[in-house]
Amino acid sequence: MSYCASVAAYAVGGRRLVDHATLRIDPGSIHALLGPNGAGKSTLLRLLSGELEPDEGAIELNGKPLRLFGARELARQRAVLPQSHGLAFGFTAAQVVALGRLPCARRNAAAEAQIVEDALALAGVAGLAQRRYPTLSGGERARVQLARVMAQVWEPAETPRYLLLDEPTASLDLAHQHDCLRAVRALAGRGVGVLVILHDPNLALRHADRVTLLRDGRVLASGAPDAVIDEETLTRLYRVPVRLLCAAGEAVPVVVVGEHPEKRDSPLFQEAKKLKKGTVPGASAPPAS
Amino acid sequence: MRTLLAFPLMTLLCLAAAALALATGPMDIPLSHVAGALHFPFGTPPESAEAATVWQIRLPRVVLALLVGAALAQAGAAMQGIFRNPLADPGLVGISSGAALAAVAVIVLGESLNLFTVLPARFVLPVAAFAGGALATALVLRVALVDGHTRVATLLLSGLALNAVAGAGIGFFSHVATDSALRSVTFWMFGSLGKAGWAEIAVAAPLLIVPLVLLPREAHALDALLLGEAEAGHVGVAVEKLKRRVTTLVVLAAGAAVALAGIVAFVGLIVPHLVRLWAGPGHRMLLPASALLGALLLTLADTAARVMLSPTELPIGILTALVGGPLFFALLLARREAADA
Repeated sequence: MSYCASVAAYAVGGRRLVDHATLRIDPGSIHALLGPNGAGKSTLLRLLSGELEPDEGAIELNGKPLRLFGARELARQRAVLPQSHGLAFGFTAAQVVALGRLPCARRNAAAEAQIVEDALALAGVAGLAQRRYPTLSGGERARVQLARVMAQVWEPAETPRYLLLDEPTASLDLAHQHDCLRAVRALAGRGVGVLVILHDPNLALRHADRVTLLRDGRVLASGAPDAVIDEETLTRLYRVPVRLLCAAGEAVPVVVVGEHPEKRDSPLFQEAKKLKKGTVPGASAPPAS
Repeated sequence: MRTLLAFPLMTLLCLAAAALALATGPMDIPLSHVAGALHFPFGTPPESAEAATVWQIRLPRVVLALLVGAALAQAGAAMQGIFRNPLADPGLVGISSGAALAAVAVIVLGESLNLFTVLPARFVLPVAAFAGGALATALVLRVALVDGHTRVATLLLSGLALNAVAGAGIGFFSHVATDSALRSVTFWMFGSLGKAGWAEIAVAAPLLIVPLVLLPREAHALDALLLGEAEAGHVGVAVEKLKRRVTTLVVLAAGAAVALAGIVAFVGLIVPHLVRLWAGPGHRMLLPASALLGALLLTLADTAARVMLSPTELPIGILTALVGGPLFFALLLARREAADA
């Protein structure tokens, strides 16, 4: 049982946004999706969610093609957190989270209220329950929305559940970024499979079980975080010189942007520099290894 | 809990307003006599002028005020939910102006086109108005339907375009109308609850009551839709089907209301706003509470409209716009102060 996307092509207006990308989300694990802006990460997530349909290819949820699911049946097995959180009407935070419980087989009011409360607490916004959503800050809104999608897949079902998160850490400060992923880990610990789009490779190194790097709609590399995230691959991915620094006694390195003193002359970094300056217009990436 | 008490309380207020409306008018009828007159189907036939007034003039009018007020207010609330825009109103998608154009055309051309041989005369105008409203809305919805998705911005803009064309048509017919026809046109454009009798109400009642019963069943889905269309889809709402169902019910309710009472402005816009102020945006409260408050306010407004210029009466649409406009201004100003409303 897993949540698989095998998208041969998805194009809009003649532009291929996703091009032969495959991705698998396993129950109980966190799969991070990284890539530069415009790489097709959100498009791939929207294809997985069923919001978009691939031109060629297939999406399967627990072995069943996505298009065979009814809207409610699908909503019971996977929740989706989009990038923007527009909501102009004055619901309280608790009411927003309760909206996530809509497709679920609801029991009594007390149990539902408990789930809403627990989800808010896990997202670190228990204190905001009665605040009106439009009065919250950007970071607070993001965490309330995270609580909403977590509440949607809160309880175990017969088949594994999944969570698709599009940049949940985008408007969060340093501490809350890690809190967010720790909350997601707690949910994964209960069997939920998670796909999370991230911009910070450091978060992926520390929190993900598996990482997929996407560029120009294609998978550049996929595998365990420490196997995929290295200086060379990230440099190719972001077209900027990237270094991994390891503090003494630390197991996990830190990813920073900057040229390696010894590698300034290597052809790869020269190319990255030129690309960044735009001296090689329209140049395509080196082929994936 | 104030939300639990609200429904019985508002129902009682509606009944009180209805009793007041039955008792008030050129002929003052004490409430005890009203109660006696209402007994007639189960007892003796009406002999007094009082009983006849209650049964033939005032009661149909009160029933119409309750139904039209409830239908317009709830249709407005549902429309605002569908568009995720607190300023939406059934008039925006062309229901009112389409109905008005058809009604004015019938008033001005009716005699010469021999329309009145097709249907009993008293039904021609309501049927034409309903058809005009429904056709106009169907056209606007069709224009806004792109690849199976209703585009809200296109919908509002094409509603705007249709309103302009209908306005031109109404202006033209008014220009060529005879004086007596012009007076009917004016009366229709500003609404009146005094034109419809039991027969019209009997025909239109299902169109008003069915949406009143069915719309609240969409409350949860409409709540989810406030998150956004994609988000509502993600929590299991079949968004396009929902929009189609709700729009159909809104067109039925608002179309029937306009057909019977003409254009009664602002009820669909103001009442949901007032309800949101104390009950929040959740549709489970908003839809039924808007219906009750709409019924209450329109009944009171109609009573006031009958009494204010007695022995003639003020067209109700003038009163609702006169009260609703400044009230809306006040709401907007209050909202500017407290951005969280």
